[in-house]
Amino acid sequence: MKKMAALNPYIGGALAGLLAVASVWITGKFFGASTTFVRAAGFIEKFFNPTMVAGMDYYIKEEPKIEWQWMFVCGVLVGSFLISIVTKSFAIKAVPDVWKERFGVGAVKRALVAFCGGVIAMFGARLADGCPSGHGLSGMMQLAVSSLIAMAFFFAGGIVVARLLYAQRRPR
Amino acid sequence: MNTNLIGLITGILFGMIMQRARVIRYDKQINVLLFKDMTILKFMLSAIAVGMVGVYVLKDFGVVKLALKPAILGAVMLGGFVFGAGWALVGYCPATSMGALGEGRVDAFWGIAGMVLGAGIFSHVYPLLKKTILTWGDFGKITIPQVLHLHHWIVIPVVIAGIVVSVILFEKRGQAR
Repeated sequence: MKKMAALNPYIGGALAGLLAVASVWITGKFFGASTTFVRAAGFIEKFFNPTMVAGMDYYIKEEPKIEWQWMFVCGVLVGSFLISIVTKSFAIKAVPDVWKERFGVGAVKRALVAFCGGVIAMFGARLADGCPSGHGLSGMMQLAVSSLIAMAFFFAGGIVVARLLYAQRRPR
Repeated sequence: MNTNLIGLITGILFGMIMQRARVIRYDKQINVLLFKDMTILKFMLSAIAVGMVGVYVLKDFGVVKLALKPAILGAVMLGGFVFGAGWALVGYCPATSMGALGEGRVDAFWGIAGMVLGAGIFSHVYPLLKKTILTWGDFGKITIPQVLHLHHWIVIPVVIAGIVVSVILFEKRGQAR
């Protein structure tokens, strides 16, 4: 089978928008992802120290339990897996192409940076109360002031650090 | 049907759409931040334009309620910037990291592990943040139409016009290369 071309981003976005509207209509739930990571952390901590978790404000606010968003986030993984198999675009890769060109093939280096980036990104997302799904899509659709500001700062932080990482070396 | 099951189905469809549009890839996420490939921004703007109309029509019919996040300027600005910095390092956002792992990108696994740790750290410092950053400039749950004192059906066409103009600019720039 010939490799399938990518879905046009405007059509993909429009479909995602329709899906988001259908979701709100049917269940009242807006897309989001980062709260699920809090619940996941809560589950892990609860395993080691349930009394401590029961007394922590943030785990009382975002109680470790399986709910709509948890299933939604798992669904993203499943959906991506299924369609990548069907379209033969599934590929085990430890180092993305753009990274490889700049930083080499080392998988450990890439894993370390991805891990640290993940820690920083999620801390920021919880402080801002959302990620590019919760603020970027759901919040923007509702014309929320918080989401417009969040989006601007997501990109501001991202642009600064991406430029630092991928700055062209000056010719000598 | 049970809400959790609907959540799973919604997620599966969203994962499929994102995978087919290739917006879950590291290369796409880094390249939008470097202004080299606007795919993700095109995807997001299109989703926002369609979703905004749908959500406000349903709201006007009283079918849905908005779920706004409070505009706490200090927290949203600082948190937003910190998120962005981490995003550029990991190259995936929380939802796309799951999609990337689904299509076999192993580095996304380490990103996800880091995100769980980051969420745990946040939960532990939350009592301190609640008394400080999370109180800085709290304007509550407000929308752009409320701030501008304009009806939302005046604001929405203007936002859509802005999105259309951005799209035309992206496409022109794309052709010039």
